[in-house]
Amino acid sequence: MAQMTMIQAITDAMRNELKNNEDVLVFGEDVGQNGGVFRATEGLQKEFGEERVFDTPLAESGIGGLAIGLGLTGFRPVMEVQFFGFVFEVFDSVAGQMNRMRYRTGGKLTSPITVRSPFGGGVKTPEMHADSLEGLMAQTPGLKVVIPSTPYDAKGLLISAIRDNDPVVYLEHMKLYRSFRAEVPEEEYTIPLGKADIKREGKDLTIVTYGAMVHSSLKAAEELEKEGIDVEVIDLMTISPLDIDTIITSVEKTSRAIVVQEAQKQAGIAANVVAEITERAILSLEAPVLRVTSPDTIYPFATIEDDWLPDYKGIVDTAKKVINF
Amino acid sequence: MSTKTLEQVENQFETFQILNEEGEVVNEAAMPELSDEQLQEIMRRMVYTRIWDQRAISLNRQGRLGFYAPVAGQEASMLGSQFALDKEDWILPGYRDIPQIVFHGLPLHQAFLWSRGHYAGSQFPDGLNVMFPQIIIGAQIIQAAGVAVGLKRKKKNNIAITYTGDGGASQGDFYEGMNFAGAYNAPAVFIVQNNRFAISVPVEKQSAAKTIAQKAVAAGIEGIQVDGMDVLAVYAATKDARERALAGEGPTLIETMTYRYGPHTMAGDDPTRYRSSDLDDEWTKKDPLVRFRKFLEKKGLWTEEKENEVVEQAKGDIKEAMKKADGTAKQKVTDLIGFMFEELPANLREQMEEYTAKESK
Repeated sequence: MAQMTMIQAITDAMRNELKNNEDVLVFGEDVGQNGGVFRATEGLQKEFGEERVFDTPLAESGIGGLAIGLGLTGFRPVMEVQFFGFVFEVFDSVAGQMNRMRYRTGGKLTSPITVRSPFGGGVKTPEMHADSLEGLMAQTPGLKVVIPSTPYDAKGLLISAIRDNDPVVYLEHMKLYRSFRAEVPEEEYTIPLGKADIKREGKDLTIVTYGAMVHSSLKAAEELEKEGIDVEVIDLMTISPLDIDTIITSVEKTSRAIVVQEAQKQAGIAANVVAEITERAILSLEAPVLRVTSPDTIYPFATIEDDWLPDYKGIVDTAKKVINF
Repeated sequence: MSTKTLEQVENQFETFQILNEEGEVVNEAAMPELSDEQLQEIMRRMVYTRIWDQRAISLNRQGRLGFYAPVAGQEASMLGSQFALDKEDWILPGYRDIPQIVFHGLPLHQAFLWSRGHYAGSQFPDGLNVMFPQIIIGAQIIQAAGVAVGLKRKKKNNIAITYTGDGGASQGDFYEGMNFAGAYNAPAVFIVQNNRFAISVPVEKQSAAKTIAQKAVAAGIEGIQVDGMDVLAVYAATKDARERALAGEGPTLIETMTYRYGPHTMAGDDPTRYRSSDLDDEWTKKDPLVRFRKFLEKKGLWTEEKENEVVEQAKGDIKEAMKKADGTAKQKVTDLIGFMFEELPANLREQMEEYTAKESK
């Protein structure tokens, strides 16, 4: 087994699929010669040629149209949106077109497209780079939305996303790209979409989370353990569709839950998780299900983002409120 | 420093014409090679489509058709370009471009089902390379660039052709589509049917550009303005664009100068609010059927009898197609849930159960 960063695991997944299926194409702004602004496609053009891994003109909407057209002609496109804050430029393709291809043609045409894109706070980007826009995607029928939190998950989920015959939005948290290494098998493996992973087992409180907040939640769990509170941490991995069974099974065991997301509070994934728990497990609850989120403002200027983003201390405080309710 | 570039470029774009309003050949050198049968077939399709349009408007008024965007006036632009295609070429239509996909192979009753908003209308027959008629103005243009890149990479000897109107040429996607196709030297043909009004906004208010064809220059591709009421000119321009695209000479933008006699759609548009009857009259004189009929009659290729045969055939086909559309099983919410994904996730499985129970009541 190799030690890989998340970005290396992502590159490895694309390499695996480029090898595995000649219809897989990887493209976007600066992904060819340059290997991507984060080097996610490092070496892939050299290895697979310009026909398979290529640069596009600088126009996100055009990239979306390109992906849809390539999908119609039998390819399996992996398109990159250089930063997810730029998704608004390609919103029609992602949220209006590829997601309804199968539906609008009664199953005749499909869009087997993977939309890869970096997002997430804590790396001091200019505006429109770090925003957590996954809620917009999760509310869009016809899309699956995946956010990995570890190198191992990143590889297995990306291979599954590329093999999926429907469009998948695969979001990569920039802070996790190189923050740590972990063991990743060199051989291929898949992790099913729509399945959550229990990152830590516990019996007193369930934390439901995803992305970079998985790590903040695990750190909070360690702190809480010192005070004798045994926390279970669920990493959603796929935020749409939600793995409701895993969440409900855990809440029925612990009777207490909080939901942690980096995104703003209103109308997000956490709200959805709270609603599902309320509908399905209210009689198991000993306390209200609380949320830890960022405030409902525009994503802040870089110099203040650490104050704005949720951190493990906030998670610990909220967890205690629920425990002591 | 020269400030004359724009003027010089704009003056290059003259309207390409083969038949004038009297059906006389004014550009013998450009006459396409078409057999008598092919010439008759083009006329047959235009007459057929005119009758279909009239019937569709009346069916719409009776509440039997659903969404309909009239096509009368644009037959030459639509059918002349489609006639230049190979059966396996891809068409990415806008919502008005239904005649092209029907003559490409979509059964008429499916066109009616699409109008009504039934998924069976767009369960395209195998081997028919068409995209769902696009509602978002311009989205089909970037997708056509993608299809063209795909066809090239699959080494197919086929092109992607897409249609929009003069309003569509104002969209960013219009430029992005041309620019992508140009950058990848992809076999795409972009047709702008300039019928002078988007819905109500005239082309003069859409852009400072004197022609839409000249917008090709900025994308580095060929552009041509064609008399869109002259079916031979539209056919010849499209055929030439197609052949150049397949020879690796790049995509082409074709602006066809045309007019829609009817409203934008049958959903309440009133063209008298934005068009004068003088302008209507001016364009009616250019009618594509009238001039092509004159041309064929002079050659002894068209008679009133032939015309009546087509009219009767169209009426019969429409009746049959409506019957078939009426006989198609009603769509159910559970059908639609089933089309969301290849494999339904848990939330949709749950909703499928819920709606299956509702529907079995």
